Amino acid sequence: MNSQTPVIALKNVSKTFGEVRSLSGIDLEIYPGEIVGLLGDNGAGKSTLVKTIMGFHRPDAGGEIWFKGEQISDWSVAKARGLGIETIYQERALCEQQPIWRNMFMGREIVNKFGKLDVKGMRKEASRLMSEHMGFTSTAVHPDNTVLTMSGGEKQGVAITRALHFEAELVILDEPTVGLSLSETKKTLDFIQNIKASGRSAIFIDHNIFHIYPAVDRMIVLDRGKVAGNYKKSDITMDELIESMYRVARTGNMKEQK
Amino acid sequence: MTEKSTATAPKNNAARPPSVWRRFGMQLGIWSVGIVMWLAFVVLAPSAFTQPEMYLAFASSTPIFALMAIPLTLVVITGEIDLSFPSIMALSTCAFTKVVAGGAPIIVGVLAGFLMGISCGLINGYLVTKFNIPSLVITIGTQFLFLGLELAWTNGSGVDLTPTNYATISKIFVGRTFFGVANQFWWTILATLLLWYILNRTRFGSHVFLTGDNKISAQLMGVNISRVKQGTFALVGFFAALAGMIGSFEVNYFWPTMGGGLLLNSIAAVFLGGTSVFGGSGTVTGTFVGAFIIGAINAGIVAVGINAFYTQVFFGLVIIASVLLQAIISKRVKS
Repeated sequence: MNSQTPVIALKNVSKTFGEVRSLSGIDLEIYPGEIVGLLGDNGAGKSTLVKTIMGFHRPDAGGEIWFKGEQISDWSVAKARGLGIETIYQERALCEQQPIWRNMFMGREIVNKFGKLDVKGMRKEASRLMSEHMGFTSTAVHPDNTVLTMSGGEKQGVAITRALHFEAELVILDEPTVGLSLSETKKTLDFIQNIKASGRSAIFIDHNIFHIYPAVDRMIVLDRGKVAGNYKKSDITMDELIESMYRVARTGNMKEQK
Repeated sequence: MTEKSTATAPKNNAARPPSVWRRFGMQLGIWSVGIVMWLAFVVLAPSAFTQPEMYLAFASSTPIFALMAIPLTLVVITGEIDLSFPSIMALSTCAFTKVVAGGAPIIVGVLAGFLMGISCGLINGYLVTKFNIPSLVITIGTQFLFLGLELAWTNGSGVDLTPTNYATISKIFVGRTFFGVANQFWWTILATLLLWYILNRTRFGSHVFLTGDNKISAQLMGVNISRVKQGTFALVGFFAALAGMIGSFEVNYFWPTMGGGLLLNSIAAVFLGGTSVFGGSGTVTGTFVGAFIIGAINAGIVAVGINAFYTQVFFGLVIIASVLLQAIISKRVKS
């Protein structure tokens, strides 16, 4: 469907926790400049898939992860982030007692050549990103303030600016609009469009089809740990998509349609 | 809780730094407890507390457990605890004496002591992170193990460390170089500065806070929490070895049962210093002050002329009061 090399490709990726097989034989490719919606019921394996792409979970033997046409064998969170994949997690992945700057640079702190933390630089950058890109002016978002004092939307802002700062090639948004106000949701959706405009890619996970459908180029439906459907937006209307989502939930099969 | 300050919005609605109270409230708490207690002692026992001898005595005795309390702070910030460091102290000092007795140069013996300390710390860290065993439980085990190994190794007999044979090393560790103050005091200052730097100005230090605050978030962002915890346990091991050798040279003798009684002093110093038992926050300077408060109580009680049997009562009251104060401050600060 696309002659370019995918930013990331999963080949036959499975993940088993004890007796439970959360993912089985997932094949998935994300191309540059593409926004892909990931849909699926609760327990379909969306979060496990995200955490596997990010290197938090290690895929079962036999699964392969390719980044820009190269197979990566020792996949880890540090490696994934180093290559330019950032995730905005549903649970925000923040450390609430810590100041904003420490959260923003969590795991990828800026150090000088002697290994000394550049605290001043991180404060300044955090402050700049928060005010320029997220438009935050509230008193709670000074870089030295702890995340504890912030609102849900502001916490989300920290998670988003984190991805902004590192100029990720691929941004994964795991249910980013949960608990956000209307204007905060719009801000998040705008952020996704900016990713596309700058030629980078995103995976967008949401329960709300009405958020996903307008924002994405392609949709992948997960069901019981398997890819149950893969549609270009031009190939399916929103009504058909909703219809087949119901069918999947009932029968686990999407392919009945024409 | 209501906070008046938020009502007065700053100009241009610009972002404001957190107030001094919010940032340093806990620190102010511990410093004021220390100062109030010191003033009380000065008023109640002026003859002792206006004499330099009293402070020189503090400076030689407190460092023995302060040196272990300071790195222990990092372990507690990651949300773990180490109860085995008094045994590490004994075992690594034992290693030092054995290597020297075997004919090696003293410097090799000292290095062997440090190596033993670090190894014991790494064993603790490995057991805690690899098998996900609560450190409270596993370090009770290693505490017996390390001390048991040391007692078996020495067969329970001590080693004479008179300065005639150990002139240089004894001078370095416990000499009275500046103003007659024991060198171990300066070592403690140095350890505080070093660990402050590690905690606040290195990636490792940042990860110590993140690990203790929310380990899942830290892992999701690529922090290797096992390595971080192992590092903090190793630091405690290293400093336990230092404290063991300093403590032995101070009395010119290696007692196989050394370290007994220091456990609770060190742990109390950490919590007095405002480090959270839940992890994620704490300071080494707070622990430093906490250690000297504990040291002052011992000396102060006797100097004031109170029956020494009341020492424990006083200990208990000061620790409970400080921790209550911190609980109240942190509740206010976070609201």
